[in-house]
Amino acid sequence: MTDDGIGAHLLRKEDKRFLTGRGNYVHDITRPNQLYAVFARSPYAHADLLAVDISGAAEAPGVVGVFTGEDLKTDGIGGLPCGWGVNNKDGSPMKEPPHPALAIGKLRHVGDPIAMVVAETLKEARDAAELVTYDVTQLPAVTGVADAVKPGAPRLFDDVPGNLCTDWECGDKAKTDAAFATAYHIAKLDLVNNRLVGNPMEPRAALGEYDPSTGDYTLHTTSQFPHVVRLLMGLFVLNVPQHKIRVVAPDVGGGFGVKQFHYAEEALVTWAAGRLAQPVKWVSDRGEGFLSDAHARDHVTHAELALDRDGKFLGLRVSTLANMGAYLSTFGPNIPTNLYGLLLAGVYTTPAIHCAVKCIFTNTLPVDAYRGAGRPEATFVLERIVDVAAREMGIDRVEIRRRNFIPADAFPYQTPVMMAYDSGDHGATLKKALDIADWAGFAERRREAAARGKLRGIGLVTYIEACGLAPSRIAGQLGARAGLYESANIRVHPTGDITVFTGSHSHGQGHETAFAQIVSSLLGVSTEKIEIVHGDTAKIPFGLGTYGSRSASVGGSAIAKAVGKVIDKGKKIAAHMLEAAEHDIEFAAGTFKVAGTDRTKSFADVVLAAYIPHDYPLETLEPGMEENAFYDPVNFTFPGGCHVAEVEIDPETGITQLLAYTAVDDVGTVINPMIVEGQIHGGVAQGVGQALLENCVYDPQSGQLLTGSFMDYCMPRADDLPNIVVATEVTTCRTNPLGVKGCGEVGTIGSPATVINAVVDALAGYGVTHVDMPASPEKIWRIIRAAAPHAAAE
Amino acid sequence: MDVALTLNGRRVKRPVEPETLLVEFIRERVGLTGTHIGCDTSQCGACTILVNGQSVKSCTMLAVEAEGAMVTTIEGLAKGNVLHPMQQAFHEEHGLQCGFCTPGMVLSAVDLVQHNPAPSEGEIRHWLEGNICRCTGYTNIVRAVRAGAAAMQRASTGGGND
Repeated sequence: MTDDGIGAHLLRKEDKRFLTGRGNYVHDITRPNQLYAVFARSPYAHADLLAVDISGAAEAPGVVGVFTGEDLKTDGIGGLPCGWGVNNKDGSPMKEPPHPALAIGKLRHVGDPIAMVVAETLKEARDAAELVTYDVTQLPAVTGVADAVKPGAPRLFDDVPGNLCTDWECGDKAKTDAAFATAYHIAKLDLVNNRLVGNPMEPRAALGEYDPSTGDYTLHTTSQFPHVVRLLMGLFVLNVPQHKIRVVAPDVGGGFGVKQFHYAEEALVTWAAGRLAQPVKWVSDRGEGFLSDAHARDHVTHAELALDRDGKFLGLRVSTLANMGAYLSTFGPNIPTNLYGLLLAGVYTTPAIHCAVKCIFTNTLPVDAYRGAGRPEATFVLERIVDVAAREMGIDRVEIRRRNFIPADAFPYQTPVMMAYDSGDHGATLKKALDIADWAGFAERRREAAARGKLRGIGLVTYIEACGLAPSRIAGQLGARAGLYESANIRVHPTGDITVFTGSHSHGQGHETAFAQIVSSLLGVSTEKIEIVHGDTAKIPFGLGTYGSRSASVGGSAIAKAVGKVIDKGKKIAAHMLEAAEHDIEFAAGTFKVAGTDRTKSFADVVLAAYIPHDYPLETLEPGMEENAFYDPVNFTFPGGCHVAEVEIDPETGITQLLAYTAVDDVGTVINPMIVEGQIHGGVAQGVGQALLENCVYDPQSGQLLTGSFMDYCMPRADDLPNIVVATEVTTCRTNPLGVKGCGEVGTIGSPATVINAVVDALAGYGVTHVDMPASPEKIWRIIRAAAPHAAAE
Repeated sequence: MDVALTLNGRRVKRPVEPETLLVEFIRERVGLTGTHIGCDTSQCGACTILVNGQSVKSCTMLAVEAEGAMVTTIEGLAKGNVLHPMQQAFHEEHGLQCGFCTPGMVLSAVDLVQHNPAPSEGEIRHWLEGNICRCTGYTNIVRAVRAGAAAMQRASTGGGND
């Protein structure tokens, strides 16, 4: 038996290389004879691209090749595919305009790539990219969804009227309308979910290689899902068969969703490496990242909640305009539909829900998943309007939630919007969070703050989310064009040491430790003898990668399934060695045992016999010990919990200080409490960033990106945050073998609404019912001044 | 022109252009890739190194300005296989996730403790303002810096074995 299995606070196996500068990120890889790619990008938000002149660039020193959209077309290179087809409510398919890897004929957002310049040095490539010129006719641009749906708005695609990608709905409209007709009170809320840029600290990078003697391509890329990049790039873009492409995602410096899309640059350096028969490398700088990474959120929403006299929720209706940007990114249309509308039941028994979402094209970067992806937006709508309703009806914010909770004994629970929750105890997470945050003592703290002239507020959120994407069958019904299982391969070496190959990718989540803990627990082998390998299509059978908090619940379950096959085979071998019937063999703590006896064989002995099969049932059993598994989940998982934030606002400056943050989450079985806590810390920080600091802004007239660097886009820094207090409250997931639910996104899903609920609470004395994010000092200052003009004069 | 300096205790001399940044010198001319580049506006601090003992964002300094300097990068902090107390503290307190900001974060923290042997939480948070981490929410980084500071104190007062 080992003490470093599931549940252990085990320090991370991967740390040492990162702490000593031996991480291996794409930018760190250099090949002999390597060339450098730089992209000439559109400075216009919207223009007809009449001609591209590459002659100056092509003649510049060191330049080896300059390529445009026309070159790609000539070479039969395809556009970037979208992985989800989200139908209109009438069942017709969404509008899915082509997404060329390099622009042809039209420029649709600032940063749209026009040409790729490849040169012998980075400096030469940069200089030459400046020499690419083009004739354009500028067109009026539209960047906001509310403007893009107006009659007469600039249209991005001739065959997409109203810039409408898809007009989606979920829930029962008639039943919801009927519920509203009986309501005692209807709370209404208009809100904006602000546009974000994910900004993992490592900018994206890609290195393409080609071996003309074999026709083999290799791509090193900053990706969360190398197998999916291989599939999409080979099948749709380059027309190269899968077995001739190797995609490696080595150490990746944070992803948060931003690196789970197939991007043009990774296909183009691979293609160029083939054309030029030399390695071609591209590394984004931060400014280019703002202009080429997919952006996030960006909703405009109207919501209404119907309640009876006692504050019981009768119905919820939500109508949202969601920004898709100028093209559909890999998951784009899935995020504000399936991952948003289907989560609007939250933790409540609301019997009737209807959600209508229009996905809209605009002259902005494509919008896609970013940590939480749809679920923070759903939580923001629901948890804000619950607070609004509570205040309007004079019901305590905690009490109104308790009255509407799905009771702990009501699971499994079918919501009116498709999801069937397997487990949870929302009363328990609520109680624990209120205790830790000392909710009861807040009134005194508010009085004390008021004595200092400060406005103190407290806010809470009780939330649920859907993780572990997903059962392939359900995902297919929702529009996924791929399966959503995960693979694992367990290679037990003759010595009993183990290499695990997983299709999940680790880019900060600590899989090399947590996955080893899973195997350690199941096989009774120390984690020191277990190595986790990920991120290389040449080594791992297949993989759908890391997103949607799916690594533990889907990737981990695939590992558990493969381990189960190892144990089953081991039982057959042990039965032979112990001269017993297979069904009499038990396995526990690393030992095979004949039930009811003291006759045993260790795991190591059995493995050795599998590799040296001198006395072995070769007639019925293959030698060796290596097993493969694909695991397709039977349901989503549903982490949930309660978050509490406490803020203090200085009415003189409008500055909001986050003083305390408590997150009590039910993430199911905790594999490594240290890693879970760290994941929640980071998730909360990103949600707090959205609530208080971060905002991606386009100039509405010119369509220029105004927040294109860390000078303008306000990232959370150490002194913006308090110590985040995290606790867990476990109900095990009933639908996967490990009982895990997922912890990667809970922090980001709960925190924006929690912080804004606290901010609104602090400002309640001014009659404020809602504040759009981010609650910047200027915005708060203006709210306070507008609400109390006399205060400014004092 | 050539620039010669002492990098992690070794003399190195490499040809540079006048505009070559110190971070480029380290990563591309010498080939030590532990010093990372996370932005282009000197905001993120991923490229923080020690120049003559002081933390510097190596994207803000030309290579030629470092002529003759003593430069320490993350590769030069451990003694053989023994991590520096600050590296060890980041490991023990789970002060890193993806590892990209980590080299700069650790070296910045080392410099803080050189100035302020027992920094408070507030002082640590203020000091680390110039180093952005997107993964950890800083809670464990702050813990790590406090633990690392205490360990550095113990080591410098003879409590350590090295």
